[in-house]
Amino acid sequence: MPTNNAPKSAISFDSMPDAQGHFGPYGGRFVAETLMEPLDELRAAYERYKNDPEFLAELEYDLKHFVGRPSPIYHARRWSEQLGGAQIYLKREDLNHTGAHKINNTVGQALLARRMGKQRVIAETGAGQHGVASATVAARFGMECVVYMGADDIQRQAINVFRMRLLGARVVSVTSGSRTLKDALNEAMRDWVTNVDNTFYIIGTVAGPHPYPAMVRDFQAVIGREARVQMQEMTGRLPDALVACVGGGSNAIGLFYPFLSDASVAIYGVEGGGYGIASGKHAAPLCAGRPGVLHGNRTYLMEDDNGQIIETHSVSAGLDYPGVGPEHAWLKDTGRANYVAATDDEALAAFHALTRTEGIMPALESSHALAYAAKLAPTMSRDKSILVNLSGRGDKDIHTVAAREGITL
Amino acid sequence: MSRIAGCFAALRKSGKRALIPYFTAGDPSPDITVPAMHAMVAAGADVIELGVPFSDPMADGPVIQAACERALKHNVSLRDVLAMVKSFRQKNTTTPVVLMGYLNPVEVMGYETFAKAASEAGVDGVLTVDLPPEEASSLVDALGKAQIDPIFLLAPTTTDARVKRVCEFARGFIYYVSLKGVTGASTLDVGAVTKRLEQLRGLTSLPIGVGFGIRDAESAAAIGRGADAVVVGSAVVRLFADNAQSPQKIVPAVTALLKGIRGALDAK
Repeated sequence: MPTNNAPKSAISFDSMPDAQGHFGPYGGRFVAETLMEPLDELRAAYERYKNDPEFLAELEYDLKHFVGRPSPIYHARRWSEQLGGAQIYLKREDLNHTGAHKINNTVGQALLARRMGKQRVIAETGAGQHGVASATVAARFGMECVVYMGADDIQRQAINVFRMRLLGARVVSVTSGSRTLKDALNEAMRDWVTNVDNTFYIIGTVAGPHPYPAMVRDFQAVIGREARVQMQEMTGRLPDALVACVGGGSNAIGLFYPFLSDASVAIYGVEGGGYGIASGKHAAPLCAGRPGVLHGNRTYLMEDDNGQIIETHSVSAGLDYPGVGPEHAWLKDTGRANYVAATDDEALAAFHALTRTEGIMPALESSHALAYAAKLAPTMSRDKSILVNLSGRGDKDIHTVAAREGITL
Repeated sequence: MSRIAGCFAALRKSGKRALIPYFTAGDPSPDITVPAMHAMVAAGADVIELGVPFSDPMADGPVIQAACERALKHNVSLRDVLAMVKSFRQKNTTTPVVLMGYLNPVEVMGYETFAKAASEAGVDGVLTVDLPPEEASSLVDALGKAQIDPIFLLAPTTTDARVKRVCEFARGFIYYVSLKGVTGASTLDVGAVTKRLEQLRGLTSLPIGVGFGIRDAESAAAIGRGADAVVVGSAVVRLFADNAQSPQKIVPAVTALLKGIRGALDAK
């Protein structure tokens, strides 16, 4: 870990979560009894292997040779110039194998599944990126793979569905509830509780019951560890601000976590603002929700006055989720990170801007982070720097972009 | 003695097993819930387990998920369910009522407020499926102050050490989940359940109810040989679903199912 001169924060961010998986009042394990023992086994296995040199060597090998890490940092000079303020740097997770940050985590969990003797993996997916990343590692390790996906998301992300099938996964269409990511997660949990003896559930984000939020964070934290070194090599110092999109929040926590004790680094998580917070049609629980319990953890949720989970809206399937990882909930309450929202339209504008100015087509999820960076940059001087996590590439979204603009492909 | 403890003590004395039907409040519409509760008691139910609809019933199979969706079309809330129990209590002051649901509606109402309102409505037990004992101490305290029994689950994956820990929190009865899976699954293994029940007897003196996968008189009677209570959920709810378009048929259909199960439980 490189050293830096920034003052240490008063709060210890490294000791979270506690032994029961709590980040302050958030996190924990809110699941039916059947899953408590399997979660304990998973926690024990993870704790055993996370510092095991052989496991870490295998993980490092795969991250380098299979995923293509380290991912580079790119200085978006032309775009920064246009925006007329801080210099924008992009952490290029879009260049990873399968085109997004999701594979950092699936490689880690698949290696753990093998050590636990599980032959079958299941996953939930929204945009399809985590499903593809899970199907990819399952193909690589010769494991059976079932991916649960909301019926509406299957419509929105046909290309990723086909990719998963090509990789040998079975994609199960989930037609209950709002037919999106949250319902896919419910269905994956039902599968796990039924097939718990031979099945490993690869959760794709930093939500769910303990140990998932901590484990997924640890696998994704490679993003921030690399970036911390790379930014210092490129600019001679740490960035002044970090920006990442937040659905469940795995790419964001992956970038943020190694910087949490660097008080000089401002942190911004950008939620899916949909049609705008005031419209009520958005996916921004940290900006406009309140604490509750869903999918195994206590966190901020989009819910009605009776505690029912309400349907979310975002142009980006990967952000279309009514909850958020519990560590983000805690970072919000402690004030260490700021959570803001970008609307569908703002994300689309950023999508086009980066594509045309830098020749990099971002995922619609990542476009939310770019949209906020575009607002933030002009408020900062030219010698400041903003590091944006470009969490995925936009090829999967071209049909969505075309349809919104009335173009038939 | 709580209504639940009294009920099990009386049944134990007479050598009978408790029959506990489950259905979702407000399914397929709110007006049928209270009459259905009375009809179930008349058909031989000893305890009523009333489901509180939730948008994301993670531990439930497709039958109860669909029941939640039908009830939520009428915006049936936790407060509405408590009002239904209160209405039931106007004519029935003896049959225990257990609410079964998920934590979030309770969390939003607030533990103290909920416990007080539930007690005033005449609720006897509360089972929150997604609240294991590790996270339950605040709610258990609130329920205790309101004289409501917290009901907890044991599963086939629960180790002996955990059984003891769970039973320290549990009151009224303990609910043994008969299989690894969701409600309404079809993988019930009577032999394995009976064997595990014998072991559980050595770990707790609480009455043990068994649920998940009990669908008819035959499976109820088989499980009833080793259990103090059988919970019949999805099989009951399926009758609500099948007759959702002609709700006048629901009560007769449920009555016939429960009478059949009652007869089989009492035969031996």
